[in-house]
Formats: sequence, structure tokens, C-alpha cells
Amino acid sequence: MHATHGSAQPDAPDATPGADTTRATTAGGATVEFQRVTKQYDPGQKGPGAVNDLSLTVPAGKICVLVGPSGCGKTTSLKMVNRLIEPTSGKILIEGRDIAKEDPIQLRRRIGYVIQQVGLFPHLTIGANVAVVPRLLGWDAERQRRRTDELLTLIGLEPDVYRGRYPSQLSGGERQRVGVARALAADPPVMLMDEPFGAVDPIVRERLQNEFLRLQEGLAKTILFVTHDIDEAIKLGDLVAVMQVGGKLAQFGPPEEILTNPASDFVARFVGADRGLKRLSLIHVGDLPLSRPITARAGEDAAEMRQRITSQTDRYLLLLDSDNRPIGWVDRNKLPSSGPLSADPAVPMSPLLDRETTAKDALSMLIAAGVQSGIVVDRQGRVEGIISIADISEQLTTGPAPSPSPAPEPARATG
Amino acid sequence: MDIGWIVDHLDDLAYRTIQHIWLAGIAVVAGFLISLVLAILAVRRRSTYGPILAASDILFTIPSVAVFVALVPITGLTTTTVEVPLVMYTLLIFVRNITAGLDSVPEEVLEAADGMGFTRRRRLWEVEFPLAIPLIVAGLRLASVSTIGLVTVSGILGDNFGGLGYFIFAGYHIGFPTEIYFGAVPSILLAIGADVAFVQLQNRATPWARVAAGRVA
Repeated sequence: MHATHGSAQPDAPDATPGADTTRATTAGGATVEFQRVTKQYDPGQKGPGAVNDLSLTVPAGKICVLVGPSGCGKTTSLKMVNRLIEPTSGKILIEGRDIAKEDPIQLRRRIGYVIQQVGLFPHLTIGANVAVVPRLLGWDAERQRRRTDELLTLIGLEPDVYRGRYPSQLSGGERQRVGVARALAADPPVMLMDEPFGAVDPIVRERLQNEFLRLQEGLAKTILFVTHDIDEAIKLGDLVAVMQVGGKLAQFGPPEEILTNPASDFVARFVGADRGLKRLSLIHVGDLPLSRPITARAGEDAAEMRQRITSQTDRYLLLLDSDNRPIGWVDRNKLPSSGPLSADPAVPMSPLLDRETTAKDALSMLIAAGVQSGIVVDRQGRVEGIISIADISEQLTTGPAPSPSPAPEPARATG
Repeated sequence: MDIGWIVDHLDDLAYRTIQHIWLAGIAVVAGFLISLVLAILAVRRRSTYGPILAASDILFTIPSVAVFVALVPITGLTTTTVEVPLVMYTLLIFVRNITAGLDSVPEEVLEAADGMGFTRRRRLWEVEFPLAIPLIVAGLRLASVSTIGLVTVSGILGDNFGGLGYFIFAGYHIGFPTEIYFGAVPSILLAIGADVAFVQLQNRATPWARVAAGRVA
């Protein structure tokens, strides 16, 4: 066994940078601890990548993203937690208990598992897929059904519509959501996710990531998440473990620290020369100061609206429906002189940005759409405000994300 | 075509048809169960895969008439003598199709099953076996059609066997074409009927495959 550590790796096996390791459990999660874990493959034996003396602690309720190039041992590390792969040496503890001493079958039923290709059972309905672990655990039918409906609702798939469908009838994004619901079914304290959003297109991925963060706010699971995408790692991780080929931990810490203070040339190169720009991934547009547009509702009196708008410099007003959801912009020069305002003169929308969208994604969406600003909406689609490219680029110059401390609490929408 | 003869022999037809189904049915069921064990062994322990397939291959190459006749000194003119070769010829079909079926289960589905905490046994019966159904049923169709054909050959062992093949042999001996067709046509219909029945069975047993066609959500 080689004791080659990355320069930023903690000296003590149980050290966790920036996290309070004495806190045992938040509701829903359990501490996961790697103690000098090594996995070697015999020559000729095939495996997804060796792991070399890995020590790290993921505090309960946190998302730890294992990120690195292929062959860096990130997937191997993940699969050792549910014992699909057994370590050559070292220990993995969940909530302080050595998993090697547990029955692997029972262990796996208490750990959620999501993989890139989802692996839904094609011969089972969506309902039966979600209920797989409860069924293995011997829950009665009524409890299984209640739980299934609850989870389908949670992931935004109407139970009455989706319960009886088969996986082949779902889109890639829907299947991926069902995969997450299935992993959550028995309410496991620990979730393992192996590139869960790797197989969907970038737009769906962005949405799934936002949904995932939203879910995690309420669930507070301890999540080990594998990806090769540094942007995804920075966006999702409370803690990021950068691994390099040979299964060596190159750096472990909150994303802010990885970006501002890479521990080695490898980390700096892996994070990329644009790491200043990447810091925008830590900021969610909903947390930025938003400007308030002049708004109007369809049906309001146009004359009154004209009055409201002429007193200001804005040329456009934002037309809303009765639930404060945006319909479109109306040019004040095209406002009728009187009478109720209809939705017709509204011109196409600016890009709608979910409040959880990162500043980085928002910036690229605005640039791609060729506009200066976008509308930030909450999860019901109601307008929160307007964000402009200028507002975002200001974040580049004013420095770090609006995170109160270096603790692994990246700026995140509080909902 | 001697219609009067046909009408006079409808009882015989019923008897021989039942005998035919009985002889073929035993062979298909026995062959399937033996193959199931062999196929699971072959898939679980890869080192046995080659030898098991090779053995069933070799059995398949032995001419059926030779086996029927060669068994008589050992097992006599019994149902066993009929069934041994019939079962023998189903093995190749079943072993190949069941192993192919089990091997066709996508790797990520197996990985998900393992990760969810399925035991090996439950994974086999609740995941691998259902997903292997299309190829297993393909094997059942092939094996039942070929076995129904072969049962007629067992008429070579005398009047007590052969199912509908009895009429074929008897008609041939006395040069009476009506009787030959009286055996041949129903045995063909029986084979077609079995094939259709298994297709229906497969449709019922794999509701997920029906919805899959043409749906890209």
C-alpha cells in the first residue's frame, strides 16, 4: 500500500475540511467515512479503476461529489460503499459501523443506488419499479402503494398517469427521475449516485440537477455522487473530492476552496483555466439582487398602465397572468390608449430562469438567446425579478459567492 | 379421397390426436425442465457453458430413427423409448434459447438489481427470467413444432405409438393415400396450433413488450 497523499489531503484519516465532524446526524442522513481504503486489481483482472489509500468523511446530510478523469477510481470508491466491490484494504464506516461486518444484501437495501443508464426493470411498471426495495423488505401492499404515490408526486410525475406505465413509455429525463424515486423508496440515509445525469441532454440535465438540489433540501440525505464533469461537481457538491488516475485523492473540500485554491497543478488543470468563471456555478440567480420590472396584468386598464409606465424610463412592461406567471413583454408605444389590456400585444419572452439556475448557466443561456436579461421565476413559475448579464458579470469582480463562511454550504436557494 | 373411411375413423383420430399431444407434451415439458437446470448452470458458471452446449449439439446430430430403434433392446417398446429421443432433440433448442434469453438481460438492469439488494435467487426469478421470456418462448415454439413432427416418427416402434404418425405408417404400408393424409394433415395443424398458442402466451406474459412498440415519449 502506498501512502501517497495529495498535498491537500487531510493528515488524519477522519479529517473533513470545513465541516464539523462532531455533528453526528441530521434528519435523514448518516455519516460515511472512508478509512485508508485501497482497491487493487490483479494484473488481467478488469475493474473500473484502482483506489489508493482513500480517506475522507462525508458528514451526514451532505452531498459529496467524487470527480475526476476516467480511471481515477471514483466509481470503484462508490461501489465499495454498497459492497458491489470489496476493498483490498481499509474500512468504510456508515454511522460509525464497519460495513464489512454487515450482510451485503441487507446493507444494499438501506442504501439508495442510482446509475447512469438508470437500469429500470423494463418488465415492471413504474409503480412496481419504485416499490422494488420496499417489496424486498417485505412491506405490505398498501404501504408500498402509498410510498410509491408519494415518491412519484415528489419527483413531479402524476401517480395516476405514470404508476401503470412501463419504462419504455417514458422519456430519458422521466426515467432518470424514476430511478431517483426508486432509490429513495425505502428512505435510505445514504444515496450513491453514479453519473446519474450523464445520459440525458444538457437542458434536461440542468433541470434534473435543479430538481435534485431541491429534493435534497427537504431530504438531507448523505449523498455520494460520481461525475467526470467538474461543473456538475461544483454545482451540486457541498464537498468535492477531486481524484486523479491511480485512485489518489488530489483535493477534498468545499467547491469554493477547490476553485480559489487548487492544491496541485493537477487540480488546477482539471478545474480549468476558467475557474474564475466557474465560481459563477456556485451562485444561484435567485440569490442575486434582482431588479423589479414594471408589471401589468391582462385585463387591467391600459390608460392606467400608460400612466404608470410614462413616469419611468422603461420601455417595456411585463405582462403577468393572474398567478403572477409571465406572459410576455409589452412595448409601451404599442399600448392601447384605453380599455382593458389583452395578452395579444405581448412579444416573445425573455429566457425564463429558474431561481435555482446557476449564474453560470444563466449567463450562457442569455448569451445563447442573444438578450441582455432574463426573467427569474420561482418553482411555481411566478416572477421574482429580472437579471441581466451586467448583474452576473458584477459577481465576477466582486469575488466569492455570497456564502457566509467557508463551511460546505454553497450558496443555495432556500426555497 | 375416401370420405366414408374418414367418417368411420373419427374415433381413431381423436384417440391418436390425444396420444400425439400427450407424447409431445411430456417431451417438451421434460426437455424444458432439464434444459432450464442446464442453462442456469451454464450462465452461472461460465466454464460449463461450452461443454453443455457442445453436448446438446452432439445429441442433436444423431438421426432420430436410429435412436428409436437403438433404444428398443434397452428400454423395450415403452413410452420411455419414445420419450428419450424426443427429449434429447429439445435440449439443444431449449439450452440455446434459455441461455441466450438470460444473457440478453441488460448489464445495467443486473447492476441495478444487485445494488437494490436482490439476492441471486430473487434476481434470477424476478428479473432475469421474466426478461428472458421472449427468447424462451421462441425456444418453446421451435421445440414444440419439431417435437410434434418427430412424434409421428415414433410410429416406427409399432401400433402403440406414433400418435397421428400411426395413420401415416399404416396408410403407407397398404398403399392407401386417404389414411396417410388422415395422419399428416392433423399433425401439421397441431404444430401450427401449438405455435399460435405460444405466441398468444408470450403476448400475455410480456405486457411491457406490447407497449414498447412505437412509443417514443
